Amino acid sequence: MLPYIARRLLQMVPILLAVAALIFLLFSVIPGTFASSMGDDGRTVVDAQVMERMNQELGLNDPLPIRFGKYVAQLATFDLGTSFRSRQPVSQVIADRLWPSFQLAMAAMLFAMVIGVPLGFAAAIKPGSLFDSVAIMLAVSGLSLPKFWLGLLLMYLFALKLGWFPSFGYGDGSLRYLVLPAVALGVSPLALLARTSRAAVLEVLHADFIRTARAKGAGNIRVMRWHVARNAFVIILTTLGLQFGSILGQAVVVEKLFSWPGLGSLLVDSVTLRDIPVVQGCILTIVLLFLVINIIVDVLCAAIDPRIKYS
Amino acid sequence: MKFRSNLWIGGALIAVVVAGGALAPWLAHTDPVMDANLMNAEMPPGSEFWFGTDAQGRDIYSRVLYGARVSLTVGIVSQLINTFIGVCLGMSAAYWGGWWDDLVSGLTNLMLAIPSLIFALAIMAILTPGLTSLLIALGLTNWSFTCRLSRAATLSIKEQGYVEAARSLGYTDTRIMFRQVLPNIAGPIIVIGTLGIGGAVLAEASLSFLGLGIRPPFPSWGSMLSDARDQITTAPWISIFPGLAIFMTVLGLNLLGDGLRDVLDPHSQTRKA
Repeated sequence: MLPYIARRLLQMVPILLAVAALIFLLFSVIPGTFASSMGDDGRTVVDAQVMERMNQELGLNDPLPIRFGKYVAQLATFDLGTSFRSRQPVSQVIADRLWPSFQLAMAAMLFAMVIGVPLGFAAAIKPGSLFDSVAIMLAVSGLSLPKFWLGLLLMYLFALKLGWFPSFGYGDGSLRYLVLPAVALGVSPLALLARTSRAAVLEVLHADFIRTARAKGAGNIRVMRWHVARNAFVIILTTLGLQFGSILGQAVVVEKLFSWPGLGSLLVDSVTLRDIPVVQGCILTIVLLFLVINIIVDVLCAAIDPRIKYS
Repeated sequence: MKFRSNLWIGGALIAVVVAGGALAPWLAHTDPVMDANLMNAEMPPGSEFWFGTDAQGRDIYSRVLYGARVSLTVGIVSQLINTFIGVCLGMSAAYWGGWWDDLVSGLTNLMLAIPSLIFALAIMAILTPGLTSLLIALGLTNWSFTCRLSRAATLSIKEQGYVEAARSLGYTDTRIMFRQVLPNIAGPIIVIGTLGIGGAVLAEASLSFLGLGIRPPFPSWGSMLSDARDQITTAPWISIFPGLAIFMTVLGLNLLGDGLRDVLDPHSQTRKA
């Protein structure tokens, strides 16, 4: 197992390098630099000499290959550069946002799992029943909901009308602030999990070992719990890992809507301000998180299902 | 053949949205951009303004109709670009193999590692917000799944007798790929494409909501929702209708995609016990 994990971790390096190169190239074709975009608001007038000096200081006048070389050399020492805007190290700026982002993504996942998986299981027990049809319909609807619209509606109903939860912000970091954004973010993974679990359970229910278990006299609950659930969970976990990427993507919108101080809102703000080192850092961090989560998922799958062997 | 409810409901929903967008100049009551009138600001839905008015006094009903044009254009065109890229890369990678296959697979893995909305956001950052930029950003970031699918399907088809026959007749590789292979792998690709349009509609709305897509005052459902946020306390109806329109469109496309899957791709049909 350990060599497998080590190999998977090593495989991340070329992907991260490729992502870094891609993002770096993308942003080096932008017309204008951070210094020239400072005048974009129409109020600040940036002197040509000042602009030149800033470009010099920020190293924006060097040729492209040299800049990329410098960037990779920095990355190798976990240095993501300095924010154009706040002049703080990017790694520091990102570290401040990492915990709220992680909290939100995990809460959304948890919400999706706790409701989605049992819903899928229950629907699969009697396929074609009224409950099953309603569950499928709900799942398709959940996948079609725009997250920020759902967020707005939740905000209106539960924060402004009923006053149960704060309408936005991180507050003191207490759970009350987490509920609405997590629900808004968790609905589409919930729907997908319900669908996947239903399909997985139906698949497993037809397997020979289920018939054998029943023939040996195992009751319904025992069959579901020990034979079906364990086998279905591998499929469910894998879906969950792959969904994590889209959760990280969707979080951008939800965080912006709820003014949640996570990586997503940092990314959007930095994109608007053209704070390129922060944008690059955010994207690299998000890709890294996604890759690490999927390695964890694969390891968990092997732990649950002894048939999966990693050599 | 049984009655396929999701195909029909999905088709009907999409028909309504397409008709609304196509007939917008005749169905709309006012011009969606120009007819701002602060005297009518934040009027609740009623007989004069069916969906109410926004903070600038513009008729939301008319703006929602015109918004359908943006959403459908972006959704369909960007998905066509994605499908074209995905099919060309996937099919040729499987057909030719070798270093080209390695390169395409590497590129696909790279694309799968970056969440597509994040990638589209990064591209929008270097382009000026607008329709063309949206088409580029969304058209270049979501082809990896189609590519994988086409590659896998082509791999299993290229050893078939009829492909070999075509080759022995001296047909060119391009002709074999588009005339012999493509028709036989088209089913699943159409399904993924339809579902992808729904994803692209959502992505357009998200980017416009973040202020990086269609810029106000032009009506896009996403940017309408972004304006609506500030009026959620005083005029909640501004948020309801554009969101409902997105929901209806994406739901329609998802149902249509599922329905098409049952018809075109019977292997992956949802099991009925």
